[in-house]
Amino acid sequence: MGTIYQELVDIVDAEHVSDRPEELYIYSFDLGTAEPHRPDYVVAPRMTQQVQEIMRLANREKVPVVPLGGGLSLAGLAVPLKGGILIDLKRMDSIIEVNEKARYAVLECGVSQAQLTSYLARQHPGLTHSEPGAPPTATIAGNVLIHGQGDLAQPYGFNSDLVNGLEVVLPTGEVCRFGSCAIGVSWFTNHPLPDMGLFFGWCGTTGIVTKLSIRLFPAKRLRGVGQFVVDDEELVPEIMEKITRTQMAEDVIAYSRAIPPFGMGLQHFTVNIAADSEKELEFKQELIWDDALGEYISRGVGGYLGFTRGLERPQISKTSDYKKGGGFEYVGSVMPIEKYPLCYRRGREISEKHDIPYTVTGRCIGAGHSMMFAWTYAFNRADPETMRQARQALHETDDLVLELGGVIWKPGTYGQQLIIERLDPGTRELMRRIKAVLDPGGIMNPGNWEGI
Amino acid sequence: MPLDTYKFHDLIHRCFRCGYCKFPTNWMDTNNCPPYARFRMEPYSCGGRLWLTRAWLNETLDWSEHLAEILYSCTTCRNCEIKCPLSFNVDIVNMVVAARGEMVEQGKVPPAVKRFLENIDLHGNPYGSAKSRRGAWAEGAAIERYSGQEYLYYVGCTGSYDTRAQNSSRALGVLLSKAGVSLGVLGAEENCDGNEVDKLGETGLFEMLAEDNIARYNDLGVKKIITLSPHAYNAMKNLYPRYGGDFQVFHYTQILLELINEGRLDVSRGFDAQVTYHDPCFLGRWNGEYEAPRKLLAAVPSLRLVEMEKNRDAALCCGGGAGNFEIDLLGGSESSPARRRVREAAATGATILAVACPKCLVMLEDALKAEELEGMLAIRDIAEILAEAGGTE
Repeated sequence: MGTIYQELVDIVDAEHVSDRPEELYIYSFDLGTAEPHRPDYVVAPRMTQQVQEIMRLANREKVPVVPLGGGLSLAGLAVPLKGGILIDLKRMDSIIEVNEKARYAVLECGVSQAQLTSYLARQHPGLTHSEPGAPPTATIAGNVLIHGQGDLAQPYGFNSDLVNGLEVVLPTGEVCRFGSCAIGVSWFTNHPLPDMGLFFGWCGTTGIVTKLSIRLFPAKRLRGVGQFVVDDEELVPEIMEKITRTQMAEDVIAYSRAIPPFGMGLQHFTVNIAADSEKELEFKQELIWDDALGEYISRGVGGYLGFTRGLERPQISKTSDYKKGGGFEYVGSVMPIEKYPLCYRRGREISEKHDIPYTVTGRCIGAGHSMMFAWTYAFNRADPETMRQARQALHETDDLVLELGGVIWKPGTYGQQLIIERLDPGTRELMRRIKAVLDPGGIMNPGNWEGI
Repeated sequence: MPLDTYKFHDLIHRCFRCGYCKFPTNWMDTNNCPPYARFRMEPYSCGGRLWLTRAWLNETLDWSEHLAEILYSCTTCRNCEIKCPLSFNVDIVNMVVAARGEMVEQGKVPPAVKRFLENIDLHGNPYGSAKSRRGAWAEGAAIERYSGQEYLYYVGCTGSYDTRAQNSSRALGVLLSKAGVSLGVLGAEENCDGNEVDKLGETGLFEMLAEDNIARYNDLGVKKIITLSPHAYNAMKNLYPRYGGDFQVFHYTQILLELINEGRLDVSRGFDAQVTYHDPCFLGRWNGEYEAPRKLLAAVPSLRLVEMEKNRDAALCCGGGAGNFEIDLLGGSESSPARRRVREAAATGATILAVACPKCLVMLEDALKAEELEGMLAIRDIAEILAEAGGTE
């Protein structure tokens, strides 16, 4: 038995293990406002077996393990709060299978959003997946595990609802499979076996997902984005309800922001529509713009801003450069749609208090079952004061989410503690027991969900 | 050196490390940044390099040879600049080169970089080969010495000294001469163009090379230059004007295309093969020339051109840029960019991988051997293909 470093080298190889300051520095950061913490080792495995061996080593030595996908949660979820071994999973990036008939894809955990988008467009143009608005390096697995949502959220819901199966390495090193793949058949469904909620929303504290199967959907030949605007935030919930009632949209987002100034206070909608023919497109547009929203136009309280053909995928975001400062972070929440006006007004107050131009966004999930509402705070990475202001605004927003009756999405440690304080005692005890069974050594991403 | 005196101190913090820069334009993988493709660890990504640079300059992180190797592993291929959607993207490579300049100033560069620069300073080439042998590649070939002809044929270090690249140097020289192009070479009087020196951050040595070359060319009355290498093309076309160099500079594929269009180049024997073409970074992304090489290949009878999935501005760099063809911080692995690239070429079904750069030629030829693909695929310079198609081989 050698040093932990040497054992990691023996498991993977010398080029993909490091305890040097340069690697430890880079992997100590989240891209948001979270304070950095250095890991003791960084390792980038290529296969499940290597992950197993790393977990056995870590469990034996009682060394913390922090799994990292794209590292784009912006909530500090992969910051090694207590040091240990940071596992960069992005080398595990094979697209293992795409099944056209059963419409699913089996992927290694490091496959990125853009990689799958591009692969499907080139090899299976009739299929698509629900792509989030995250940068294209965000991994499919990471997004699913934090209950992410994508541009098919309106018809199909959260991306975590679209999982057919998982392969997971437990903190003790065993490999488990969930879904139909668990009985040796194809990865086509999660039903009707016992579910796998042991890993979603746990912020990497219960195991490492190494493979997953996700559902794919028909990629319509024509796709585009329609835009609508109102100046009264109180109208947003009913408009969302009316659009979702048509069941003609793939994605419905309402947003408002301070920049550019002429748009401040307005509530914009983007509505993604897809069709296989001009006739279908015309029909869908008519149902949405005329039948559902026509009354707002005729009353003079809403305006149709046009329809742009084509859908930018992956989406390009320039949010990080809003302040020419290289940074932003947001609080996401899962929130009832009727809360949109309050979310907007209270969020704007927090932004203005901290001298940050406000940006709020609400994406409709399912048939209006909820929305993911996000408050974004840009900062200048070169100016610690703007980072402090943003961090304070984020904490105030975490408090606001719970005050308004929502649930914090992918909470950082501050938000996690707010949730734990309010958690049903029975649920909290069950979570504690599950954590103890799965991770008896307490090595998985410590500092997260601490104190349950 | 404190951050606030660094040329890009007000810019470097703007990189968010979102990772767009890892992708090719068609988004098919995260392997289009050569160092990241090679190591797949975040410090080797474009964003990782910028964050490390900032940490070093603001004295959060000490200099180390490993840090220097990470910075010098960037081949300056400009894939990051193509992919980054933010307004500072035009300066991403400049930020890396400027950081290297700081390391050079402090005498803190990796040993291989030091050797590379010393060899150029002492011998006029990065290999440490004798200056007197620089013109040996042309022995026996009917290529004149420069004495006021219309064009100076600038061969460059790799085309002069590397035995594999010498073949393409000769092929091009003979091809041009037979087509009646008035040209001459400098032989042992030729000196390094300095493109790699500039990209390694050795500004002083680059200035010396540029000024020396410009003075020599002016003395000889040179007005027009044909370069074998896109690297030399880039230096002479884009950098020499800053030092008073006022020459019409052409990459050889541009001249050959003119000759084809004018009916002065015979390719009637054809070239019966399926061919794929690798875009050199200093011809493509640096100078926007994607079509001349393709038009040349398309003009050859029986040649069937197929594209790799990553082509034009999406092409994966061979890993040889910014001196890495000799410094070699990216070699030694099946993940090395050159080995990835020959696998991508082989996947097209082509039997010939055409190149238009002697550095790419050497890098990919070595990769071909390492991948044991020699029976399936051969690397040929476009000049060699055209020479064969014209019977001047």
